[in-house]
Amino acid sequence: MAETKDILIDYVLHLADNSMILGQRNAEWCGHGPVLEQDIALTNITLDLIGEARSLYQYAAELKGGDSTEDSMAFLRDVTQYRNTLLLEQNNTDWAYTITRQFFYDVFHYYLQEALINSSDERLKEIAKKTIKESTYHVKWSSEWMIRLGDGTEVSHLKMQNALNALWEYTGEFFIPSTSEMEMQEKGIGADLNALSIKWRSKVEEILKEATLSIPESSFQQKGGKTGMHSEHMGYILADMQYMQRAYPRAEW
Amino acid sequence: MEIKLEEIFQDKIDQEIKIEPRDWMPEKYRKTLLRQISQHAHSEIVGMLPEGNWITRAPNLRRKVALLAKVQDEAGHGLYLYSAAETLGMSRDEMLEELHSGKAKYSSIFNYPTLTWADMGAIGWLVDGAAIMNQVPLCRTSYGPYARAMVRVCKEESFHQRQGYEIMLTLTKGSEAQKAMAQDALNRWWWPSISMFGPNDDNSPNSAQSMKWKIKRFSNDELRQKFVDVTVAQAELLGLTIPDKDLKWNEERGHYDFGAINWDEFFQVVAGNGPCNKQRLKARVDAWENGAWVREAATAYAEKREAKANNQIEAA
Ligand SMILES: [Fe+2]
Ligand SMILES: [Fe+2]
Repeated sequence: MAETKDILIDYVLHLADNSMILGQRNAEWCGHGPVLEQDIALTNITLDLIGEARSLYQYAAELKGGDSTEDSMAFLRDVTQYRNTLLLEQNNTDWAYTITRQFFYDVFHYYLQEALINSSDERLKEIAKKTIKESTYHVKWSSEWMIRLGDGTEVSHLKMQNALNALWEYTGEFFIPSTSEMEMQEKGIGADLNALSIKWRSKVEEILKEATLSIPESSFQQKGGKTGMHSEHMGYILADMQYMQRAYPRAEW
Repeated sequence: MEIKLEEIFQDKIDQEIKIEPRDWMPEKYRKTLLRQISQHAHSEIVGMLPEGNWITRAPNLRRKVALLAKVQDEAGHGLYLYSAAETLGMSRDEMLEELHSGKAKYSSIFNYPTLTWADMGAIGWLVDGAAIMNQVPLCRTSYGPYARAMVRVCKEESFHQRQGYEIMLTLTKGSEAQKAMAQDALNRWWWPSISMFGPNDDNSPNSAQSMKWKIKRFSNDELRQKFVDVTVAQAELLGLTIPDKDLKWNEERGHYDFGAINWDEFFQVVAGNGPCNKQRLKARVDAWENGAWVREAATAYAEKREAKANNQIEAA
């Protein structure tokens, strides 16, 4: 029994860490966006992502019990305990990378919620019901930007294609199930990543076509984030994010 | 003719009738307002930077979300204000150009650095607090679009002020280190905050005209006094000490007396020599320049779409 609970916690943390780390990255843009309206739009998305992560961390903390809280989940786990995929921790680099990273995640995130709405876990189901409304908007926003920039000017097209080429190798990890994902799928709690992968691919192809962008030929895919084998970025992200909780243990803020 | 128009204009103002974009207005009224509103808009977006500095480091998730939302509100204020200023005949891009070239000013307070988390509390409490003092009367300012923008802005500012105060309250109830952090933030933000109201009345040449036109309704010194009076009690409640040895209640005046502001420092910061002027301006210019290809692409794409739609209409 205890083991099933641990697996569920691991799964919930994986879902939470994905949105948390992307939210943390996006938050770096706040005040620096290319135009005021889009600064606001990206911050809206960031607020949704961190909001979702909080619901999931709260759930994980309850499952874990003891003195766990949403904050101990987010701020007191170290790099190798984080379960987000590598894509989400990549540098913002520029607006092209940021939009492309967002788009890849949004499509995945949307279909994931579509699956989790039917989860046998009531709590995940509830969270997914709220999240899918948000991710519906996120996909729309990032798809429009993919198209606008892909099919904008020569410069923007090139920048987008470069970002796509660089980030493509981080997309496969979404669909390579971890042990906990496999177990959760078997139990009817988690999503079927195979089915999700087909939907993801077809939506991504549709949008990229309209954006006049092409999928790179190399098929090699990186993995590791889900099992704690992160890139070197991750240590810096957490150093920044966790600084206050580490410097002032057990303080109230 | 001109004199007649000016009389009608002043008459409207005296009767508290709002001036609207299509109404006749003296050129100097238009220019004064344009300068004030665009400066105000610039302050909102430059003001995103010192607080934006702490979003990735906020101490817990609740605070992170609240800070993000706050900084986003400031972006929204910038939008409302740029729109209001545009009704006076200058585009947002032109206003931004003036900001980037250093021609247009923004509130000096944002040229100070945010060093600790307590600065998020002090800024909300004091800086948003001072902004409210300035802005509540602006909800009744004579120019319609500005007044209406300010109504929306003020609602959010008072929320920011309470949020900032609550951060301070939490710190002062915390550990010794947290209390010290709160006091240090107050020490650093107090004088810049009371300078936010601008020079003393006898040294504020444009004030009389702005009062006559009801752009302003209270003088700098009146607003500053009001701010000091309410803030002293709030500091006491927090158990913090305002860093002014001359601060004391004056029974006769019914107000607090306070020490002299260091106007040399104030004018140095206005002139571009504050601790963060260069960094703040650079951050804005970088954002604008790095975003140029994005804006160009968006325009090019919109044009392509329009051309396509027109072709389809012609074909049909
Ligand atoms: Fe504001
Ligand atoms: Fe504010």
